[in-house]
Amino acid sequence: MSNLYIARNPRAAARNLGGEMMIMSARNSTLFTLNRTATILWQAADGTTPLTDIVENRICREFNVEFAEALRDAETLARELAGHEIMQISEQPIAASAGVSR
Amino acid sequence: MPELAAEIERLTLTIEIGKMPVRVHTTDLLFLRMLQGRYAGFVSSTDEAEMEFDIDLSPPAFADPNVPVRVRQKNGWWSLERGDFLAEWEPRSRRGWIRQDANPYSIDAVLRIVHTLMLAKQGGFLLHSASAIRNGKAFLFAGVSEAGKTTISRLAPSDVTLLTDEISYVRRQPLGYVAYGTPFTGELAKLGENVCAPISALYLLAKGDSNRIDSIPATEAARSLLANLLFFAEDEELVQEIFQAALEFINRVPVSRLTFVPDARVWELIG
Repeated sequence: MSNLYIARNPRAAARNLGGEMMIMSARNSTLFTLNRTATILWQAADGTTPLTDIVENRICREFNVEFAEALRDAETLARELAGHEIMQISEQPIAASAGVSR
Repeated sequence: MPELAAEIERLTLTIEIGKMPVRVHTTDLLFLRMLQGRYAGFVSSTDEAEMEFDIDLSPPAFADPNVPVRVRQKNGWWSLERGDFLAEWEPRSRRGWIRQDANPYSIDAVLRIVHTLMLAKQGGFLLHSASAIRNGKAFLFAGVSEAGKTTISRLAPSDVTLLTDEISYVRRQPLGYVAYGTPFTGELAKLGENVCAPISALYLLAKGDSNRIDSIPATEAARSLLANLLFFAEDEELVQEIFQAALEFINRVPVSRLTFVPDARVWELIG
């Protein structure tokens, strides 16, 4: 099992609105509203915490789901967000950079 | 012997929208008079200017009305171009120039773009919406073309002061948001009044079979607001500022859906 690291793309603007995370890609102004799972991933995506730890400590506890299935879904979601360039994903820890998130 | 060269008179006009005076210089008296008429009510005698533009009344070499607007920043200068104009503006020196022919539409577009850029730095924006003042409070009515901006403006009773039927001017103040009148008109073709008031509500317009106001989720409000913002720049920093400005507005100003039938009773719900 590969260990992935995820980080918020500092070029994306993000804001929690009424419990839902809204994100805008600064590259093309595309707007995303994250669901609860994606919001947890986004908030925990510090570039240094392995995705496995995020899933085990945050998602499995929040949703009471089985680890392997949750990790698979989280990885799919992270890759989807990375495809939209609002998240970075790497097999190595990702250096911190300042984003605009409030 | 007659003089071989005469000094060309430099004519000046200050157009103040949203309490932001913009001074333009031209050597063409007819063009100046046209601007005085176009911006009647928004011409200012103030000595202050947030920025100044020299207008060169020669059409851009590439003149093509079908070229879409393009706004970019490079080395501290904003570059604004469309098929019918070319302009540059340096925020640091507050100076710039516009090249266009003697029509009112090009400078109108330049002014709208420049105001969006200035407002973005202050947490404000221009919004595709009608706006009006009633009982000392401003109300915004947002929607795309055909949503009803002109209709609701036309239905306004006599105690309502119309700020615009097309593009609202929103500035952030320490205690909230203020809407200003604009000369930017829609189908009503009537300049807004050059006055302002604190914004009490933003309504997203929808035509229906009854008049009613419905609450909407904050995320839907944010999506609708962002979809109706005027924004042109290809600039990541500014996109982030506009995004944060819009969501801050949603946090502070009530946003609802206003469904209405086209008759004046809808105004019984407003104010």
